[in-house]
Amino acid sequence: MYRTRLFAIRHSGKFEWMYQRLEKLMIVLDPVFARIGYNRVEQPVALIEKGVKGLLFDCKMCGQCVLSSTGMSCPMNCPKELRNGPCGGVRPGGYCEVKPNMLCVWALAWDGSTRMKGGNKIREVLPPVDRSLKGSSAWLRVSREKAAKLREARESARTTIAQAFPAARANEPSSAPLAEEPSRAVNKEQRQ
Amino acid sequence: MTNSDTLEPFLRPYEPPPEGHVSGSRLERVLRSGRFAVTAELNPPDSADPADVYEAARPLGEVVDAINATDASGANCHMSSIGISALLTRAGYGPVYQISCRDRNRIAIQGDVLGAAAMGVRNVLCLTGDGVGVGDQPGAKPVFDFDSITLLRTIRTMRDQGVFLSGRKITNPPHLFLGAAENPCIEPHDWRPDRLAKKVEAGADFIQTNYIFDIPLFEKFMNRVRDLGMDKKVFILAGVGPLASAKAARWMRSNVPGIHIPDSVIARMEGAEKPAAEGKKICIELIQRIREIQGVSGVHVMAYRREHQVSEIIIESGVLEGRHAKRKSRKRGE
Ligand code: SF4
Repeated sequence: MYRTRLFAIRHSGKFEWMYQRLEKLMIVLDPVFARIGYNRVEQPVALIEKGVKGLLFDCKMCGQCVLSSTGMSCPMNCPKELRNGPCGGVRPGGYCEVKPNMLCVWALAWDGSTRMKGGNKIREVLPPVDRSLKGSSAWLRVSREKAAKLREARESARTTIAQAFPAARANEPSSAPLAEEPSRAVNKEQRQ
Repeated sequence: MTNSDTLEPFLRPYEPPPEGHVSGSRLERVLRSGRFAVTAELNPPDSADPADVYEAARPLGEVVDAINATDASGANCHMSSIGISALLTRAGYGPVYQISCRDRNRIAIQGDVLGAAAMGVRNVLCLTGDGVGVGDQPGAKPVFDFDSITLLRTIRTMRDQGVFLSGRKITNPPHLFLGAAENPCIEPHDWRPDRLAKKVEAGADFIQTNYIFDIPLFEKFMNRVRDLGMDKKVFILAGVGPLASAKAARWMRSNVPGIHIPDSVIARMEGAEKPAAEGKKICIELIQRIREIQGVSGVHVMAYRREHQVSEIIIESGVLEGRHAKRKSRKRGE
């Protein structure tokens, strides 16, 4: 809804905070999602995401959510679907060139970004949208992506050791393993 | 028969750009040498006759460093910018090939960029494009697969990394001088300089602005641009154009997206005995004032339906300083 969208942008700082919490929760849940299977949770999570974000931000479920970089103003509400800032046609008063009764999504975005801790992210150049991801859950994408990053950092230590001690690894494979460790095989307290 | 030697007069060979340049474009050469550059917009014909393109280009060719071939600006259908650009390169002119994101998706655009470069195009202007609703065919499907900034980054990737966005290799990458637009006098005013910075970050080598009629507003914009250090990173050409009458000015202001004309300018047009001459005079004054603003590297003249005035405006403004931007012989290309 247009009105709630404007509300969210006015309170972009609070929504940014909530979003950061949500992101952390999604990362913690990654093992759970992975166990159940990301494929199986995709539809139900996407449905919830669509309901919540649709209500708050008029979300169009592009699947590549960038709200934290756009002042909590969803860029897919721009009739030209611009991802990197306002076009040259903004009307006096900040109204949209194409929909004269709507405030320009990007004028709102710059405004919203001034109330956010990470407001400067709006200066980053965003890539074109992958249209084949439309309708899918961006939340799950974030949780997969961030969890993969953490995993990568852990794995890079393991692969470095395996490559630095090739002879030991050949003689005693368990001394410098390359394979990923199942979660029960590692001491959780140690790794915290 | 398709040996490129036999086509020599029509083809500009694929060549590496000169040292310190990204393209073999004359516009780039002029700008890098520190001279005040002049570009102008060609009004695209509604015709399939190449002679119409050359007729429109002739008066411009003598006085400008590059001619902009517009891409259905205002969402009105005309001869395509790639067609016009190809015709212009054949005659030795240096076109600025305008690409709008409104009508074509990423597959078409990347292919056209290679095609244009092969036809001898060395300057590209990346635009978002006006909405289809203001044009002559409002029922068309708006594409907007890219925006101007992702388009810039894409062409820069093609040029500097030699790959398509898919990662597939381009055997001979296009050497292009990359341009973008900015609209300093349009809301949100405070953020326009930051958006310009974003365009530079994405790959813009030069900027052509939309019409400037409001010097104080433009000066404010340029102050901030200089604060951001952008005048050192990108060449800025300020857009100007002659108004035909007060009525035409009012019509433009309310019907063409992104045009800001202060009431004082319209009042001056209204009070003039000969509006067309007054429009020209205002335009010359604007060029002279813009030239004094620090960080401006040139002007871009857009004369919708007043192309006959363009060369007079440029010559009378004195920006050429006796320099004649004559085109080279047809054989050497641009
Ligand atoms: S005015 Fe704003 S919302 Fe409207 S098309 Fe341009 S950028 Fe998008």
